[in-house]
Amino acid sequence: MLGRLAAKRLLEIRQVFRQSPSQASRSFSTALNYHLDSPDNKPDLPWEFSEANKSKVKEILSYYPSNYKQSAVIPLLDLAQQQHGGWLPVSAMNAVAKVIEVAPIRVYEVATFYSMFNRAKVGKYHLLVCGTTPCMIRGSRDIESALLDHLGVKRGEVTKDGLFSVGEMECMGCCVNAPMITVADYSNGSEGYTYNYFEDVTPEKVVEIVEKLRKGEKPPSFNGLRVAYPHGTQNPKRIKCGPEGGNKTLLGEPKPPQFRDLDAC
Amino acid sequence: MGVGILASRAIRPASRLVRSQPSNLFLRTIVSKPELQSPEAAAVSQPEPPKNQILPPRNPVGGARVHFTNAEDAIEVFVDGYAVKVPKGFTVLQACEVAGVDIPRFCYHSRLSIAGNCRMCLVEVEKSPKPVASCAMPALPGMKIKTDTPIAKKAREGVMEFLLMNHPLDCPICDQGGECDLQDQSMAFGSDRGRFTEMKRSVVDKNLGPLVKTVMTRCIQCTRCVRFASEVAGVQDLGMLGRGSGEEIGTYVEKLMTSELSGNVIDICPVGALTSKPFAFKARNWELKGTETIDVSDAVGSNIRVDSRGPEVMRIIPRLNEDINEEWISDKTRFSYDGLKRQRLSDPMIRDSDGRFKAVSWRDALAVVGDIIHQVKPDEIVGIAGQLSDAESMMVLKDFVNRMGSDNVWCEGTAVGVDADLRYSYLMNSSISGLENADVFLLVGTQPRVEAAMVNARICKTVRASNAKVAYIGPPADFNYDCKHLGTGPDTLKEIAEGRHPFCSALKNAKNPAIIVGAGLFNRTDKDAILAAVESIAQANNVVRPDWNGLNYLLLYAAQAAALDLGLIQQSAKALESAKFVYLMGADDVDVDKIPKDAFVVYQGHHGDKAVYRANVILPASAFTEKEGTYENTEGFTQQTVPAVPTVGDARDDWKIVRALSEVSGVNLPYNSIEGVRSRIKSVAPNLVHTDEREPAAFGPSLKPECKETMSTTPFKPVVENFYMTNAITRASKIMAQCSAVLLKK
Repeated sequence: MLGRLAAKRLLEIRQVFRQSPSQASRSFSTALNYHLDSPDNKPDLPWEFSEANKSKVKEILSYYPSNYKQSAVIPLLDLAQQQHGGWLPVSAMNAVAKVIEVAPIRVYEVATFYSMFNRAKVGKYHLLVCGTTPCMIRGSRDIESALLDHLGVKRGEVTKDGLFSVGEMECMGCCVNAPMITVADYSNGSEGYTYNYFEDVTPEKVVEIVEKLRKGEKPPSFNGLRVAYPHGTQNPKRIKCGPEGGNKTLLGEPKPPQFRDLDAC
Repeated sequence: MGVGILASRAIRPASRLVRSQPSNLFLRTIVSKPELQSPEAAAVSQPEPPKNQILPPRNPVGGARVHFTNAEDAIEVFVDGYAVKVPKGFTVLQACEVAGVDIPRFCYHSRLSIAGNCRMCLVEVEKSPKPVASCAMPALPGMKIKTDTPIAKKAREGVMEFLLMNHPLDCPICDQGGECDLQDQSMAFGSDRGRFTEMKRSVVDKNLGPLVKTVMTRCIQCTRCVRFASEVAGVQDLGMLGRGSGEEIGTYVEKLMTSELSGNVIDICPVGALTSKPFAFKARNWELKGTETIDVSDAVGSNIRVDSRGPEVMRIIPRLNEDINEEWISDKTRFSYDGLKRQRLSDPMIRDSDGRFKAVSWRDALAVVGDIIHQVKPDEIVGIAGQLSDAESMMVLKDFVNRMGSDNVWCEGTAVGVDADLRYSYLMNSSISGLENADVFLLVGTQPRVEAAMVNARICKTVRASNAKVAYIGPPADFNYDCKHLGTGPDTLKEIAEGRHPFCSALKNAKNPAIIVGAGLFNRTDKDAILAAVESIAQANNVVRPDWNGLNYLLLYAAQAAALDLGLIQQSAKALESAKFVYLMGADDVDVDKIPKDAFVVYQGHHGDKAVYRANVILPASAFTEKEGTYENTEGFTQQTVPAVPTVGDARDDWKIVRALSEVSGVNLPYNSIEGVRSRIKSVAPNLVHTDEREPAAFGPSLKPECKETMSTTPFKPVVENFYMTNAITRASKIMAQCSAVLLKK
């Protein structure tokens, strides 16, 4: 009996260690710092920039001095990630290395450093929930658990239909409209790539957004961007980051300083 | 090494304190004095040093010498109150080294670029708001550097505490224990306890090949290996992946370190993250006896230290020699020592009538050989020295064969007609360290990466430092620096010689052009024409001048230079086919099929490699780690090996065997001791007696007569097929076999 109790206690201790937040299942981008071959991610699979992207590559390279081609590594990796549906296979990183004429390991170093470069598969709509302090105290943990429960995945997994995946992001600067999520839309390759914030969300709103994305609703253009749902603040009573009921300040031109006549000199 | 001395110096005062207070032996109180609390309190408590105090003179760390490129550019800095003059551009750490203060460091290495990420070298500089990383901060005139103040000490303790936070408690099972920089520096500069109570992070081990064992949890992310691989070895394989405490050093994809300099990361890694796989768990460094000797696996003569425990060689590590190998050695040098334990010849043997070898005593074996040698005509006696032979044994062999009336004694790798009259025609005339001054290289028929890895490292260093251009004529090969492949054979050489090739302009405009010709070309039938073409290129482009001689010949074997100096050259091509008595002194690369079926072959060597199967008599000799021998490297630098371990079984030194044989054969050679042999060598090639000195060639190409032959069109062939298996020792080595199975570039 003591043996059973000891084993149960040991199991409990082990579970505590397993669930400690620092050891949570790694998100896609900070997946592993080394590569494991899988059928769709192998160094010998051919990968090239698409024809349309080749001209974009040339444009990106023109932004930098010709003897510092390697400065273009981050925008090129971003383009490659958008083209490949939201993640970077090893062969894409090798292709970028060939374009900027460096050894592949230098590109791997950059890709593993930045968490927004996903090196494992993500869904067509990659949902990122901000988890930093301002959003957290406004309930981002509930948003995230609502998403995970609704989609039936854990953080770092892709849904069975390959449409959604959930990740955690750092602060995206919408603290006034906390909590917020952002949707990286990889469903249309690099031409249709959008990265839109949905702010002031509630657990119910977030599920609504997911369902609208799933149906593929794309209302006619909103500022030239085809989105499934108007982005920005989801609270109808707010305009951008103003308070509910309209702005109480900044209603007109700001008053000039009283002590000096700027137009005099 | 220097840090260990500092560590012991730091520990000694503490023990003095304990002895002076015997009553407090059991109760050791931790005393915090007001001076230790803040820098202002420390300044207040310290008495002002009297002005005009005559400080004792100090020597630079490790006996280093300071080289002032421009005497007017020297600046004066003050290290702990001591004034030193350093060249402009020196860093604070280098200035402290000149002043004799060894600053602890992990990521800084004098031969690699500066990283500045370990922060262990922090010192206090007056008027600086925070401690500066001395490895990166340039020394400015009048700087007052203080290395032993409480701020500096606190910084070091802090850095040490951070490094040890995620470092596993592996010391008992870590190979680096005893020679670990982390251990030494934490003893000397760290505090006695840490404050970390969380879970330590662990990292997956990477597979880098059969030579380098990785335990990446121990890595402290100093990035020395990353910088070494990309700068010195020229292969960009390793990188720092991830960020923060989750950083991992690796190759990202599963890639083995195939570079021939990969073993040097084992020396460079300050902790036990990268260690030697063959040496794993074999010995601790304090049980090993280090013997400083020379490597003979190629013609470079890298300086090594053979660590042995009893009769066994446990490992080989490099020694510093700025002129030849700096601090690196190739993988072949480092890891072929386990071939010294396999397939050794230990007893004299004679082949019986049924074809099997029977062990006999020395007396009988020598008697049989001495008997047979008198039954053949003098012209039918042939002596061939092997590629690992030292100068003494080659001298004695030549004397013996000459006294028996024959002129047929040569060394492996020197085909018929190799000219040994003028030394410039087979030496690296610009010296290995002189290659650093070249700005254009023309490699003719040589792949330095596999033939002489340290020469290749030097070329790589030059290309990296001064953007030198390298052009190559020969079979397709891969280089670890940018190299233009001009062609594959003598046709390209002819074009350059006649001035028709576009590369000629680069040669003409070069300030110090260097041409490196491989000794593999000596075996061609059109050798004279090729060498004449090379010399005409040299003349046309001002390669040989009084201040710069860029015409270099890269030899393949350790014994070749000394052999050519002593005059062991093959006079007639048919000597081997018409021989009746062949004396192979360690010669395994000789074509055994060329030896007639009725010839009597004596094999004297240390390994039962290839030629031993044809031998009629086997005389066991000692290997290079077991004998004292003189070797001349490809630039003419004479060095001596030192015996590190006792030899195997009944083996004897090479020269002693031949001397005894001469006694038994009745042609007593006039020397009985190694000094006698050396004085004989002195009369033939006096430079071989001046050890640790380089004797440059005296005359230049202008003395050579004109050559009338024409070049053939056969392209140059690669000389070294398998880098890991080139001599008897490497062919017997299991580690080399693993390397050639896994690491050779397909």
